[in-house]
Amino acid sequence: MIEIKDLHKSYKMGSNSLHVLKGINFTAEAGELVAIMGSSGSGKSTLLNILGMLDEADSGDYTLDGVPIKNLNETKAAKYRNKFLGFIFQSFNLINYKSAMENVALPLYYQKIPRKERQERAMKYLEQVGLKEWAHHLPSELSGGQKQRVAIARAMAAEPKVLLADEPTGALDSTTSYEVMDLIQKINDQGNTILVVTHEDDIAHMCKRIIHLKDGVIEKDEKVTQVRASQYV
Amino acid sequence: MFSRDSWKEIFETIQKNKLRTFLSGFTVALGILIFVSLVGLTNGLQNTFDEFFNDDSTNTFFIFPGRTSMPYKGYKSNRQIEFDNSDLVDIKKNFSMFVQYVSPRIDRSGLVKYNNESNNYTTRAVSESYQFAEKTIMMKGRYLNFEDVKKKAKYAVIGRLVEKDLFGSEDAIAKYIDVSGSVFKVIGVFQDDGGDDEERRIYIPYTTRQLIEKNTDKVDRIVVGFKPEIGYAGAMAFDKSLNNFLREKKYISPKDQNGIYIRNVMDQYEQNQQFAGVLAIIGGAIAFGTILAGIIGISNIMVFVVKERTKELGIRKALGATPRAVVGSILLESTFITTISGVFGMVLGMAILSSMGEKLKDYFITNPYINLGLAIFATVLLIVCGAIAGYIPARRAARIKPIVALRDD
Repeated sequence: MIEIKDLHKSYKMGSNSLHVLKGINFTAEAGELVAIMGSSGSGKSTLLNILGMLDEADSGDYTLDGVPIKNLNETKAAKYRNKFLGFIFQSFNLINYKSAMENVALPLYYQKIPRKERQERAMKYLEQVGLKEWAHHLPSELSGGQKQRVAIARAMAAEPKVLLADEPTGALDSTTSYEVMDLIQKINDQGNTILVVTHEDDIAHMCKRIIHLKDGVIEKDEKVTQVRASQYV
Repeated sequence: MFSRDSWKEIFETIQKNKLRTFLSGFTVALGILIFVSLVGLTNGLQNTFDEFFNDDSTNTFFIFPGRTSMPYKGYKSNRQIEFDNSDLVDIKKNFSMFVQYVSPRIDRSGLVKYNNESNNYTTRAVSESYQFAEKTIMMKGRYLNFEDVKKKAKYAVIGRLVEKDLFGSEDAIAKYIDVSGSVFKVIGVFQDDGGDDEERRIYIPYTTRQLIEKNTDKVDRIVVGFKPEIGYAGAMAFDKSLNNFLREKKYISPKDQNGIYIRNVMDQYEQNQQFAGVLAIIGGAIAFGTILAGIIGISNIMVFVVKERTKELGIRKALGATPRAVVGSILLESTFITTISGVFGMVLGMAILSSMGEKLKDYFITNPYINLGLAIFATVLLIVCGAIAGYIPARRAARIKPIVALRDD
């Protein structure tokens, strides 16, 4: 599903150049649930941004579902993002003046899906994350965990190939974190490929594979026995 | 880009961001409203200036006698100057190049009676040509003529309101009225655009007035009508040489400020036109400035709006919005708001102007109006500038990488 070969990325900080990713190689198959771990500055968010086409690599190859991702202009990147990827952010990034249902329906709007179908599909995904009754509430009326579940529903709505979660539990308390992870695990059980960036060990162990990043290179890549989050809920 | 769906999306955005919508709409509506009102009021001012003159001819001099204020050629100071019939003849003879007509004017106020009705009116003794000077319009009967003046006929031409006051619904023509003890036959009724005062006047031949006043040949004032084709410059030259001529004849020092005074209607008209023109330029400049301020205002709001929405636009881009969709939605939204509010401001301004009518006449503003084309032009200008002002920051926002926009917490 995801293939990365010799990925490099550096940022210019004034006259200095900060080499963040120093040759990353890895492959993720369909249906995997991968945690990317590392201390801050290890390059894990940069890697996720490149995978999410929110940022561009300096060199290296990136193939997503058999499609080479390179030399994208903004329009093409937007279309690929819409088609291939669903994002889950640490700070939720919901549009604050739109209701939960409208937020979930937004990626479908950019796929030019008719309004009625958009709303039906949005409701379906809200039901999946258990927020059907909250469909017409604004994000400000929801708790942190509920907001993240709306964001997950939104990421799923476009039925992407890969879900990318950047510290999805970073802004949540541990009980709520486990609820969110439970949801992510259930989505993964349905066969979706998910990448989770985290620095929390317990969250990482709820995935099926952990990639440890250190100073821009993969230090360790291990399969782990998945800890089910449902036992904590 | 203009599908029903994108309109719905825009309506939702507008509905849920009321302050933003109100601010930009208010700026545009106010700008257009002030522009329309200012231009309208300036036009109303011009109307008033025009109205001052359109009931009288502008090719006219009024010559007033006064008292001298300095001795000259053996005559003492403080001497009352008087005009008589010979002056009329002399002016006609010496300035035949310029003169169209000359009429004396002797005003007397007195009681006028008909049957049991009576009232005080100004009786104005003139020659037949005075009709041109006042632009008197005959409603019925006729004006004084040359024969009336020559025969010193006891004929009177009365104003519309004189007939109404004294005769009621009766027809005044061929009836006899008592003017301060003399009986005059009414030969005509006139109207005048100059207002009620002018329609409460009675015209009689000046020769008749002179006969009643012990067969004198004195006249109070002289009204000179000159040929319109001599133009403004000709009128000014004529004014000057007529002044010199009369001063010489009446032994008034050329340096004397008093003695005689010539009211040059054309000069006054020109000056008024110039004044109105300057006012129109000032009004126009302020109106243009308002539009400019409106453009700057809407530009500011657009920059602010895009800045405020940076994060939202980043989210939208992450979810698959193309740069085109981002720019399109911002532009469509802003153009929609400015168009609605611009047209609203324009219509409101025009409604205010047309409801004014003559209500502001006390402030020298009559029937304010604005040329529809100009109003539409200003509105479209503001809308187009608002769109351009929105496009620049929108394009910049669309180019920002979503990762940068999202980082902006």
